[in-house]
Amino acid sequence: MIPLSWYLIVAALLFVIGFYGALSRRNAIAILMSIELMLNAVNINFLAFWRYLTPEDMAGQVFAIIAITVAAAEAAVGLALVIAIYRSRDTVSVDEVDLLKG
Amino acid sequence: MSESVRSILWLIPLLPFLAFVAIVLFTNQNKKVSAGVEIGAMSLSWLISWLAVIIAIWNPHQIVEHPLILSFPWFPAGQTVYQGGMIIDIPSAAMLIMVPSLITLISIYSIGYMEGDPRYSRFFAYMALFATGMLGLVIADNLLMFFIFWEIMGLCSYLLIGFWFEKKSAYQAGLKAFLTTRIGDVILMAGMVMLYAYSGSLTFREIFSAANLEHLASLQLAVPIAGSVPVAVVLAVLIFWGAIGKSAQFPLHVWLPDAMEGPTPVSALIHAATMVSAGVFLVLRTFPLFYVVAEGNNGAMHFVAFIGTFTALFAASIAVAQFDIKRVLAYSTISQLGYMFAALGIGAYYAAIFHLLMHSFFKALLFLASGSVIHGLEHAHHHLEHEGHHEELWLPFDPNDMRFMGGLLRKMPVTAWTFIAGGLSLSGFPLLFSGFWSKDAILGSAWSTEHLVVFWTLATAAFFTAFYTTRQICMSFCGKPRTAMAAHANESPGTMTTPLVLIAIAAVAGGWFGIPKSFPAIGRLVNDPFHHFIAPYMMFLHLEAAPEPFYVGPLLVSFSVVLGGIFFGWLIYGWRPMKAGDPDPLEQPLGPLWTILNHKYWLDELYSATVIAFAIWLAKALALFDKVVIDGIVNGVGYLARVVARWLHSFFDGVIIEGIVNGVATISNWFGQWMRQIQTGQVQNYLFAILLTLVILLGADLFII
Repeated sequence: MIPLSWYLIVAALLFVIGFYGALSRRNAIAILMSIELMLNAVNINFLAFWRYLTPEDMAGQVFAIIAITVAAAEAAVGLALVIAIYRSRDTVSVDEVDLLKG
Repeated sequence: MSESVRSILWLIPLLPFLAFVAIVLFTNQNKKVSAGVEIGAMSLSWLISWLAVIIAIWNPHQIVEHPLILSFPWFPAGQTVYQGGMIIDIPSAAMLIMVPSLITLISIYSIGYMEGDPRYSRFFAYMALFATGMLGLVIADNLLMFFIFWEIMGLCSYLLIGFWFEKKSAYQAGLKAFLTTRIGDVILMAGMVMLYAYSGSLTFREIFSAANLEHLASLQLAVPIAGSVPVAVVLAVLIFWGAIGKSAQFPLHVWLPDAMEGPTPVSALIHAATMVSAGVFLVLRTFPLFYVVAEGNNGAMHFVAFIGTFTALFAASIAVAQFDIKRVLAYSTISQLGYMFAALGIGAYYAAIFHLLMHSFFKALLFLASGSVIHGLEHAHHHLEHEGHHEELWLPFDPNDMRFMGGLLRKMPVTAWTFIAGGLSLSGFPLLFSGFWSKDAILGSAWSTEHLVVFWTLATAAFFTAFYTTRQICMSFCGKPRTAMAAHANESPGTMTTPLVLIAIAAVAGGWFGIPKSFPAIGRLVNDPFHHFIAPYMMFLHLEAAPEPFYVGPLLVSFSVVLGGIFFGWLIYGWRPMKAGDPDPLEQPLGPLWTILNHKYWLDELYSATVIAFAIWLAKALALFDKVVIDGIVNGVGYLARVVARWLHSFFDGVIIEGIVNGVATISNWFGQWMRQIQTGQVQNYLFAILLTLVILLGADLFII
């Protein structure tokens, strides 16, 4: 059987890749996609820990399903925001969206 | 009857006061109504007064034992309530014979005299207020009320002397009168306070109870110079100083001659008949206090006798060398008041009160007659000025100056004859005129009590009196007119001459009520009613009340000085009357003595050089002190405050406070500038910051803790 740490390593790699993407990508759509990666890394952790530590409970699966739901909602809201920004500013590059600059 | 009069006593002073209020508030625009209100109120007051007088005369013994007293609680004083009140006893009834009648008659006279004056109504208002003061004073039953009314009179005297205040001399004279009498009043007030402190009351009946008098006489008080003196004597002297001021006795007499600046009815009423006699009345009222120690043989009585006698001669001598018709009369008033005090000082209570009443009538008469003369001359002057063709009009003209008169007997017969009647009364022309009887009473008392210095001094003064009166009559009325004004003078109107005649009758005949019973032949005829009236009260005061026996000595002296004075006066001034521009016939022979008398012994100048100069010096010194020290302190404080303020402004405020405030702002600004760099608006930077923080915190969690 594949040990738990492998799943965790994969999940961490996936999270770090997503995080890197969120930091380095300039395209807002790409950033959203990177965030999806990070969320899925979390889902892997949920399921891995559930499967290896408390397989008798349903908590891990339920958490994963909630996270997927939240991710879907987040993606919908995020995409709507991106479209709204594009409509008003003609760009989806986060470099150029700095209205909150002090 | 007496009960109902008792209950309306308060109306006597109140009626004139209401007239005063009515004139001031309502009728002052209408001259005739104002005069009518005053005279009406005075007449009513006169009526009530004489009702009281009649009750008193009807039964003097009864009134001495049970005087009409209307007493009321006035104000709480400590534990007790001060009782105010009014009293009709013998002295106040005697004064009420004279006071309201003279005020009323003189008010009627003023209708004519003040004709055409722009402040006609005001004059009558003041007269009414004065009447309040005098009547209130006469019937006051305690010293405090007495003093209050006394001061009301002082105020009216001031207002009426300065009535023609456009004239500098008039308002100055008013001020002088007010300030000079104030000296006496302050001392009187000190006496009053002391009296209250010692006896706990100011009501006459209570102060003069036998027990209280005994108490005051037995207590001794250490006085500087004089040593140990009974309290009663000290009080008497203090009270007498009030009388010295009010009755213009030496050394406070200087205000009275100057008071002649007022309208002549005022001089007649206030400065001859009533107010100046109030000083005598004060001593009459408080006489037990003077008399209690050693039956009158004490320092206070000697002081009174000395001041009175000295003033009588002193003022009479000055009157000889004056030219102002009213000033002669003023000095004469001072001299006659001196007679009254001399009489009181030797214990002749009856003679003093008798002379007071007689003098009021004939002196009021003399003043009113001289006022009529002045009125006549002034009108002639106006008339001639109107015609405008007399060269004499360019000369300085003073209607009071007797040198500008002469020959008025034919021009103003009523005035002249009434003046002569008053003059003969004043000189004491034997047998017929009132002044003879009252003056004779004083001289007789001085003789019988063996005060020979007083007797001879007063006799000399009587000679002077007769002399200057004759001089005055001759200069004004005899010979030929010395100016065009005198030649064109006309008799005054009926409102003036009628009171003159009425008062003249009183002034001549008043004395007949006091002819001593012991006088040969006519003594039995009239039975001496005035003595019968006063005697019960003198017995009440434990004074010698038996009528004086008849002495030939003083009578002969009195005859000779009076007739001698009149004879010499006529010899010098009447036999060969002065012509226009002549100097006084006495000026040459008397030489320097004339100058001294004419300048009133330079007493005014002496006061100006000493007391007044000192007062002015003190005022200037204090002003300098004010300017240098007080102003210096005030300005110094102000300067210091400005220096401190400037330092606070420039250094503390400018550097420290602003430094702190600006520093806080600068730091905030600087910090804000620095901090704003973090706020890039780039969402990825924030994310990176989160990462960094997470790494640090996780690192710290893992490796440090």
